Amino acid sequence: MKAERKMAKAYEPAGRARRFAALVRKESYQVIRDPSSILIAFVLPLVLLFLFGYGVSLDTTRTRVALVVEEATPLTRDLAASFEASRYFSVVTGRDRREFEDDLVLGRVRGILVIPAGFAAEHAAGRHPSVQVIVDGSDPNTANFVQNYAQGAVANWERQRLSEGRTPPPAIAAEQRFWFNPQLTSRNFLVPGSIAIVMTLVGTLLTSLVVAREWERGTMEAMMATPVSAAELLAGKLLPYFVLGLASMTLCVLVAVFLFDVPFRGSVAALYALSATFLMPALGQGLLISAATKNQFLASQLALISAFLPAFLLSGFLFEINSMPTVIQWVTYAVPARYLIPSLQTVFLAGDIWPMFARSIAVMFLIGCMFFALAARSTRKRIG
Amino acid sequence: MWWTRLKALIVKELLAVLRDPKGRTVLIGPPIIQLLVFSYAATLEVTNVDLMVLNRDDGHWSREVVQQIGGSPTFRSIELASSPHEVRLAIDTQRVLAVLEIGPTFSRDIEAGRPAQVQIILDGRRSNASQIVSGYLGRIVGAVAAETPAGKRAASETIRVEARNWFNPNLTYQWFMVPNLVASIALLIGLIVTALSVARERELGTFDQLIVSPLRTHEILLGKLIPPMMIGLFHITIYILAAVFIFGVPLRGSLFLLYGSAIFYLAAVVGLGLFISALSMTQQQAILGAFLFMVPAMLLSGFATPIENMPSWLQPVTLINPLRYFLVIVKGVFLKDIPLAEVVHQTLPLCLIAIVTLSSAAWLFRRRLE
Amino acid sequence: MSAPATEPGTAPFVRLTAVTKRFGSAPPALDAVAGEIFGGRVTGLVGPDGAGKTTLMRLMTGLMLPDTGTIEVLGYDTGRDPASIQAAIGYMPQRFGLYEDLSVQENLDLYADLRGLPKTERSRTFGELLEFTDLARFTTRLAGKLSGGMKQKLGLACALLRKPRLLLLDEPGVGVDPISRRDLWKMVGNLRAEGIGVVWSTAYLEEAEACDHVFLLDKGRLMFSGPPAEMTGRVEHRVFRLSGIRGRRREALARLLEEEGVVDGVIQGEAIRLVMKPGLSPPLGDTADAADAAVTPPRFEDAFVDMLGGGPGGRSRLAETQREFAEGAGRPVIEARGLTKRFGDFTAADNITFDIPRGEIFGLLGPNGAGKSTTFKMLCGLLKPTAGEGRVAGFDLRRNAPEARNRLGYMAQKFSLYGDLSVIQNFNFFAGVYGLSGARKRERIGLMSEIFDFRTILDMSAKDLPLGLKQRLALACAVLHEPEVLFLDEPTSGVDPITRREFWTHINGLVEKGVTVLVTTHFMDEAEYCDRISLIYRGRSIALGSPDDMKARVASKDLPDPTMEDAFIALIQGSELKEAA
Repeated sequence: MKAERKMAKAYEPAGRARRFAALVRKESYQVIRDPSSILIAFVLPLVLLFLFGYGVSLDTTRTRVALVVEEATPLTRDLAASFEASRYFSVVTGRDRREFEDDLVLGRVRGILVIPAGFAAEHAAGRHPSVQVIVDGSDPNTANFVQNYAQGAVANWERQRLSEGRTPPPAIAAEQRFWFNPQLTSRNFLVPGSIAIVMTLVGTLLTSLVVAREWERGTMEAMMATPVSAAELLAGKLLPYFVLGLASMTLCVLVAVFLFDVPFRGSVAALYALSATFLMPALGQGLLISAATKNQFLASQLALISAFLPAFLLSGFLFEINSMPTVIQWVTYAVPARYLIPSLQTVFLAGDIWPMFARSIAVMFLIGCMFFALAARSTRKRIG
Repeated sequence: MWWTRLKALIVKELLAVLRDPKGRTVLIGPPIIQLLVFSYAATLEVTNVDLMVLNRDDGHWSREVVQQIGGSPTFRSIELASSPHEVRLAIDTQRVLAVLEIGPTFSRDIEAGRPAQVQIILDGRRSNASQIVSGYLGRIVGAVAAETPAGKRAASETIRVEARNWFNPNLTYQWFMVPNLVASIALLIGLIVTALSVARERELGTFDQLIVSPLRTHEILLGKLIPPMMIGLFHITIYILAAVFIFGVPLRGSLFLLYGSAIFYLAAVVGLGLFISALSMTQQQAILGAFLFMVPAMLLSGFATPIENMPSWLQPVTLINPLRYFLVIVKGVFLKDIPLAEVVHQTLPLCLIAIVTLSSAAWLFRRRLE
Repeated sequence: MSAPATEPGTAPFVRLTAVTKRFGSAPPALDAVAGEIFGGRVTGLVGPDGAGKTTLMRLMTGLMLPDTGTIEVLGYDTGRDPASIQAAIGYMPQRFGLYEDLSVQENLDLYADLRGLPKTERSRTFGELLEFTDLARFTTRLAGKLSGGMKQKLGLACALLRKPRLLLLDEPGVGVDPISRRDLWKMVGNLRAEGIGVVWSTAYLEEAEACDHVFLLDKGRLMFSGPPAEMTGRVEHRVFRLSGIRGRRREALARLLEEEGVVDGVIQGEAIRLVMKPGLSPPLGDTADAADAAVTPPRFEDAFVDMLGGGPGGRSRLAETQREFAEGAGRPVIEARGLTKRFGDFTAADNITFDIPRGEIFGLLGPNGAGKSTTFKMLCGLLKPTAGEGRVAGFDLRRNAPEARNRLGYMAQKFSLYGDLSVIQNFNFFAGVYGLSGARKRERIGLMSEIFDFRTILDMSAKDLPLGLKQRLALACAVLHEPEVLFLDEPTSGVDPITRREFWTHINGLVEKGVTVLVTTHFMDEAEYCDRISLIYRGRSIALGSPDDMKARVASKDLPDPTMEDAFIALIQGSELKEAA
């Protein structure tokens, strides 16, 4: 290392700039000419964005349920009608729950709502009649939704009946307000999150592949035997992918805002500041992986396991970090996407909240420095 | 004679994967990490919630509400705020997920029999969690309301909603997740192993050796098909064992049905892998190709979200996804003991996919050899 | 541009002091190597693959450090000051270090910037180098699309951009046909005249003769250091060319190699070349195998084999256990009828026709990219001909003829067995694929492991074997099922001379039993083993005949006794002239 520093002094700054420019130019030509880089940087992001924009929606709209009215009375018909009117259910009706048990087993309905025989009589007698909700527990998420919506529909129906009879409204009304995303459109938070995943793919997966390719093809060896210093070599490698990462992020943001109508309430400056900082750890990790493996196949596997999967699962993108076991929660602190995703969601949905951004930026920067230090240590100008 | 040739090829394929340290790493590392991370971390349950309360009422009822919340295991911490500014800041910076705001007349309203109100402010950026938390808070507030004088009066007439969860009485999330993983790990491993097997032979030049040998094209295909299926079955078995003995998922249906359909599922997956393999020239292209297929296949399978929630124009796309069918079978056999007819019903499309992918892979291979 | 010429005798450019380098627990890659390399000379690092040449190169660039000992390059220690060394040397690694997806000009620009070539000097330097390398027509072509020889020259041009004081070339001759290689040597000769020190590593022993000074490496040890003539001088007057062979020359060679006093022997066309122990001369006379023997000038390889204690002898146990194929007078075993292959508008092979009768070795000889591999692949069924037809034992291998494929053995250019499988697993695989089972399988595998001496290493992974053993394993797998036809694609590239002799002893023996062999090569001494050769150039067969025919065709007053390489170059140049006319 010391010798390299001496070299850097011996070479005039202009030479260094020229060497750097040459490396960047070379890398850019390679990116443009390699279809797989374009695939990862521009096609895959669009596919992902598209899937999160349309395919994966956590909003349950119209779950199929069966409604069994065991005894037809004006009261039960009225309750049934309110179930049918719910915008969360698409209802098939019947008389006997056994008709639908097979459907529940086969997943053709997600639940069976049963208004039992004697419901009207009990109600008239002032006792507590009950409605049964049988749900398909094999998908707990949907099961929860069905239960909650059924409960909501019953409560609604009761309130309507009571208020007609001038009975007072509930003792405590809880008014809910969802800030930033009042309609709870899942696309609004999934799309910003998937941008972080896209940048992970470009920054870590693609970078680790191309650097590993240089080792495999022997061009790294030729580079190293020239006056280029290790730092120049790495920087020349990174800048093009940094730009590529930002370019594919920009593409995603444009698609998100103009195609998917995701609101953008923050500033462009904050968006780029966050994304640029995030690319530091992403690129650093890619470099580290390629320097450690020097093999495309291993690099890709390692990048998927150590970058893609965590960005997906351990970042709060789909799953709440707070709900994870403590050990896994510790692990998430090392996942850069964990810091980027909430900040990106904020830039899109809430606006510029700098105290939050500053913290994210600082942590991502730190993780980035750590990766770079490790990568620089394993990419000294030595082979074997 | 053909059996001698085929056996040699199958043994070679298995050895090539298992003796290569890289191959072994891929077969052992990612599956274990996946099993652990997915089954423990990927949960849509919400716990350890941080909540803020802005309580401007000093009466009994607001204290009751806060106390009830404090007693719930869902909430990790309750921070008391003194001003709307603090509320804004805490939500903005995501220090808390939700804020419960209680107005100054809350207790007085209740005592007076007037309708009282609380406000729940939730972070819409984390809309999934907020929705669930809002449900929890609603229930707690409801419970307090039931104890108020007005509530007690109204309670006489309320209708109870009795929930019964079939197949998974406590709605344990892992009972859902782990069977899903059984299906998806087979996709992951089957696809990668197959996609790489041909690309690697091409790069190393051993593919020529196979072609000049007396092996016929269909024998080569079979030789490439069977070993990844065996490896896939091995992973399925390991995951089933983990499901039953580590995660305690009940296995109610017939293992025989599960394995029977798994063979067709794996054939479909391996067919896809061979197809990708035949299309790609290098290992890198094979890896990226498999990845490019895998991500949409996972998202459009009913694993992450139910297929019926997707837009109607997107739903037909899922019909060509083998994972979609096998997910129904695995979950069905594990939790619901689905009947034979349903297994057959889901297996038929798998057969069809297998036939299409395998024959097009064979066709592509023949063409590539020209 | 004129670097001060350094006279040998002044300070050395490189000084190696007891350099040892190990990788893991294997025997050292370099074992106490010492020596000096001077400017104004071409220094050859010569030795078979795995001898330690690349390791020594990397050590000299400072990219790798020795375990013990020191290396001083241009006055700098490689451990302390690698950057100063890297600023002053030119290095071309084995795989050239070119970016295949950049064009020729872009590669040159890149290295010009990296080496800090001033803008003002560029157009002149580029012009010179492009002319020098004859690449001026191809500046916009992607480097990946160049032929092997052109890549080699471009790699050299990139290493020469800023004239280095020391130029390190790692195997620049690999995969380069004799014509390009002559060009390369010419380029290097000019540099030497300018006082630049050139280090040229090679596995081709005949290249050693062109160097000023040679380091001969074998298994990490320095076997010899000095001018090549000093090496060849050791076998002066001991090398004989036997002509007028009675009977079949392959059988004669096998007998001669078993004779007392014979150190080494190879076939040269119709003649046999023998190296004798000092003071002995080859047996001649009416009962002996040869009628005449003449002393010929020794070659580097003769001396090397002598130094290693002589060749492997002439018996092939493989051939002795091989069943005999009757030399029927029927149709030829391999037939090529107007074989043509076009890729788009490029014709890789154009109307190639020949017959190979049973028990003949037939060679496809030609520069890289000339179409010999394409022809080879069409015959063994790997490529579908655009027109024409190839038949092996009467079958067209494209038309799913497993019975026919069962009769051929195939050995690919680069090692293409399953590296992750052990030796025995490779045997089992090939036995199974060729339908051997039960007792016969055990018997054949047992025999192969005994003949090729694999019994103690049956459980080693094939990829961990040294190159010579890999090549033996490849041959063993190819003949496991006793094929009657052998396809060999560049079978002995980079292999040490002893293993190569052993290899040819087996092949010669098999041919005597009626096995037919098709071999591609750009190795001139491999060509000499062939009964007949087809010289392929630009997709066409420009000459067909025995090696001696070829040589006779180009013999002239200036060159009464041309070598195979001379014949090769003259025939190709003749064909170019004809085309131009």
